[in-house]
Amino acid sequence: MGRNRVVVYPDWCKGCGICAAFCPKKVFAVGQDGKARVVNEEACVNCGFCEPHCPDFAVLVIPGETDQTPCPPETAPDPAEQPAAKEVKP
Amino acid sequence: MTAPRKKRREAFLLGNEAVVEGALAAGCTFYAGYPITPSTEIMECMAKRLPHVPDGAFIQMEDEIASMGAVIGASLAGRKAMTATSGPGFSLMQEQIGYAAMTETPLVLVNVMRGGASTGLPTSPGQGDVQQARWGAHGDHPIIVLSAADVPECVEMTVTAFNFAEKYRSPVILLLDEITAHTREKIELPEPGDFEVFSRLTPTMPPEWYKPYEETMRGVPPMPPIGSGYRFHVTGLTHDPLGFPTSRPEEVRALTERQFRKIDRFFEDIQIVEHVETADAEVVVIAYGCVARSARLAVKQAREAGVRAGLLVLKTLYPFPRRHVEPLLRNCRLAVVPELNMGQLSREVKRVNEGYTTVRTINRIDGQIITPSQILKEIA
Amino acid sequence: MAEITQLIHQYLRHNKKFPLVFCPGCGHGIVLGSLVRSVHALGLPKDDVVIVAGIGCSGRIAAYVDFNTVHTTHGRALTVATGIKMANPKLTVIAVMGDGDAFSIGGNHLIHAARRNIGVTALVLNNFIYGMTGGQCSSTTPEGAYSHTCPQGQLESAFDIVELTRAAGAAGVSRGTVYHVKELDALLAEAISRPGFNLVEALTPCFTQYGRGNGFKSAVEMFKWLKASCLPVERYEKLEDRTGKLPIGTFVRRDVAGLETRWANMRQALAAKKGGAA
Ligand SMILES: Cc1ncc(C[n+]2csc(CCOP(=O)(O)OP(=O)(O)O)c2C)c(N)n1
Ligand code: SF4
Ligand code: SF4
Ligand code: SF4
Ligand SMILES: [Mg+2]
Repeated sequence: MGRNRVVVYPDWCKGCGICAAFCPKKVFAVGQDGKARVVNEEACVNCGFCEPHCPDFAVLVIPGETDQTPCPPETAPDPAEQPAAKEVKP
Repeated sequence: MTAPRKKRREAFLLGNEAVVEGALAAGCTFYAGYPITPSTEIMECMAKRLPHVPDGAFIQMEDEIASMGAVIGASLAGRKAMTATSGPGFSLMQEQIGYAAMTETPLVLVNVMRGGASTGLPTSPGQGDVQQARWGAHGDHPIIVLSAADVPECVEMTVTAFNFAEKYRSPVILLLDEITAHTREKIELPEPGDFEVFSRLTPTMPPEWYKPYEETMRGVPPMPPIGSGYRFHVTGLTHDPLGFPTSRPEEVRALTERQFRKIDRFFEDIQIVEHVETADAEVVVIAYGCVARSARLAVKQAREAGVRAGLLVLKTLYPFPRRHVEPLLRNCRLAVVPELNMGQLSREVKRVNEGYTTVRTINRIDGQIITPSQILKEIA
Repeated sequence: MAEITQLIHQYLRHNKKFPLVFCPGCGHGIVLGSLVRSVHALGLPKDDVVIVAGIGCSGRIAAYVDFNTVHTTHGRALTVATGIKMANPKLTVIAVMGDGDAFSIGGNHLIHAARRNIGVTALVLNNFIYGMTGGQCSSTTPEGAYSHTCPQGQLESAFDIVELTRAAGAAGVSRGTVYHVKELDALLAEAISRPGFNLVEALTPCFTQYGRGNGFKSAVEMFKWLKASCLPVERYEKLEDRTGKLPIGTFVRRDVAGLETRWANMRQALAAKKGGAA
C-alpha cells in the first residue's frame, strides 16, 4: 500500500488554517505566503477531516491504494484578477 | 341556409371579475395575493376559478411582498402569473417590481387605485398611483403601465397585459380605479380564439449555448421554465449576458440599455390609445380610466353645442404615448387633462407640450368622480 | 477521500471566478460543500434542483453551484421558493438564507412557510450577524454580544431558530454546524427528503464581522468553540449543567403533506366530483 497523497491548491487556499489546526497528524502548516502547505504528508491517515472542512475546496487527499491523480479545477483563476473576498457589499 | 350563430355567453360582471375572465383567457394559471379593498374580488374570484383551470394554482400569501415573490417564482417556473392589490399593498410590492424588471420576469400586477395617500379612502376611486406605477421601484428600469375604462376593457386590457408581459419579458401593471373595478356591466364572455394570446419564447438551442440575458435582435432573450434543462442564474444584481453579477461599466450599460430598448423599439405595439373625434379637434381631452367615460360624454355634448372637441383615451400610460399626444397638442388650442389626483399624467402631457398649446388640468381628490359636466365646463 | 473535493468540483460552475468570494475561514463555503454532497447523495439530477437564495454573504452561494439558481431580494427567498414549488412541485426547492435574511427581514415569510408547510427546504446559515453589510446585529445575535449597531452589547434577546420554527409548525427542524460537517450532510439530506417545510440551521462562523468583535482570536478559534459547545441533542438532554452548550441534531420530525400536495389532492377531488356529476 502506497502512502496517501495530500494536495493543496494554492490558488484556492486562503490560509484560514482550519486544516492545519484540526489535522490529527499535523500534515499542514500555513506558510508565510498565507497558503497552507503539506509538510508531513507521510503521516496522513486519511481520516477524512480536511476535505469537507476546507471552506474553499482547496485540499485533496488521495488515498494510497489508488493511483488517482489530483483533478485540478478546470479554470484556475488568475490571482491578479481576483482579490479574494473583496466585493461590493450590497 | 346558414347555421345559426352560436349565441355567446353573457354575464353581468364587475370590472374586477372581468379582469379574472381576461386573465384566464390569456392563459393565467397562477395567482398569489393578499386581500385589499377595492381589489379583493379579483383574488376571491381567482380562488374559485383556478382550482378548475388545468394546472391552476392559487395561494394567499402573508403580505403583498410575499405575493409578488410567489408570482415571480411561479413565472420563473414557466407560469403566466398575476397578483392584484390596491394602495398600501402596491407600495409594499415596489421592491419586487424592480426585481422582476431587473430579472426580466413576466408578470401582471393589477392595481385598483383607491383614493388618497396611506390608508386614504379605501372604498373611493383615485388615480394617485400613476407616477408610482412608473417610478415606484428604485433605479432606472423599464415598465409597462396599462389602464382600462370600463368592464369590457378590463377583459381586453388584462389579456393585453399578459401578452405584453410575455412578449417583452417585463412586469406589466394594469391600473384600474375603484369605479371601473366595482361597476357591473353586461359583457360577452371571452371565448377561445377571441384574443390573440402570446406566450414567452423558450430557447431552442442546446442548454450549453443558452445565455439568459443575451443581446438578441428583439432585445428580448428567450426564457425557459426553471427545471427544463437550462440551468442558469437569476439575480437582481446587475448581471452579464450569462446572468452572473457584474460591475464592469460596459456590461452594466449594455444590460440597462437593452432593457430599455426592448420596450422602446416596440412603441407602436405597446402604446394603445383610442381617438374619439380628434381629427379636427380644437379642444382635446386626454383621459384614462373612469374619467375617460365622463370625458366621452362631455366631448359628445360639446360637439352638440358646436365646439370641435375630441378625446384621446390612453390605454397605455407608460411608456407614455407621446407619438399620439404630441400631434394633437400641435393642432389644438386647448388640451384638458382631467384626473383623480393632484396632477400626475398631466405632468407627462406638459412635458410633451413644448409650447404648442394651453394645457389645463382638472383635479379631483375628494373621493368623488369627475363628472361630464365638470369637464364640459372647461371645454365648451 | 479525494472524491469529496472532486465531487464538489463537479457541481461548481466553472465559468465563475474562484476562490469563493468569502473571507478566509468563513463557514459558508463548508455549508456549500454540505449542500452539494447531500443533493448528490440523494441522487437528484441537477436540472431538478432549485437554489433560491436571499441577499447576504450566504446568498452568494447560489451563483457558484450548477443548479437552477435564483438570487432574490433580502429576506424574500422563501416567497419566491413558494411560488416555484406551487408552480412545479416536481422540483426540489432549497432556500439558502442568512440569519438576518431568514429571521429578521424575512421572519414573517419564514413562520408562514412553516405554518403552511410548503415543500421547501430552508437552509439558514446562522453566523449571528449581518456579515455582508459589515457586522450589525441580527435577530440571532446573542444577548450581550457586540456588533457595530450594539457596540455596548446586545440588549435584546435572540431568537431560538429551532423553537420558533417548531412552534410555527414545520415538518422538520434541525440544527448542525460546519464543524460537525458529516452530521450536517445527513441533516440536510434528511430535510430535503422529508415532505413539507423543513428547516436546517447551520451554525457557521463569521470571524470577520462577529468573531473579531466578540473575543475570538481567529476563525479557527470559532471552529474550536463549535466543537466544544455543540453536542447531539440526545446527549444534551441528559446534561445536568447545560450552560454554554448547544444541542445539534433533528428536533422535529412531523408527518405532513406539503401544501403543493394538498393542493393537488384538492384539485383531484374536485375533478372527481365534477366527473361523477356528469
Ligand atoms: C431591503 C434590504 N434592506 C437591507 C439590505 C442590506 N443588506 C444586505 S445583506 C444584509 C444582511 C445580511 O445578513 P445575513 O442575512 O445574516 O447574511 P450574512 O451576510 O450574514 O450571510 C443587509 C441588511 C438589502 N440588501 N435589502
Ligand atoms: S482549510 Fe483550506 S483554505 Fe484553509 S488553510 Fe487549509 S487548505 Fe487553505
Ligand atoms: S485526511 Fe486527516 S490526517 Fe490526512 S491530512 Fe486530512 S486531516 Fe490530516
Ligand atoms: S463577512 Fe462573515 S459571513 Fe461574510 S464572507 Fe466574511 S466571514 Fe463570511
Ligand atoms: Mg448572518
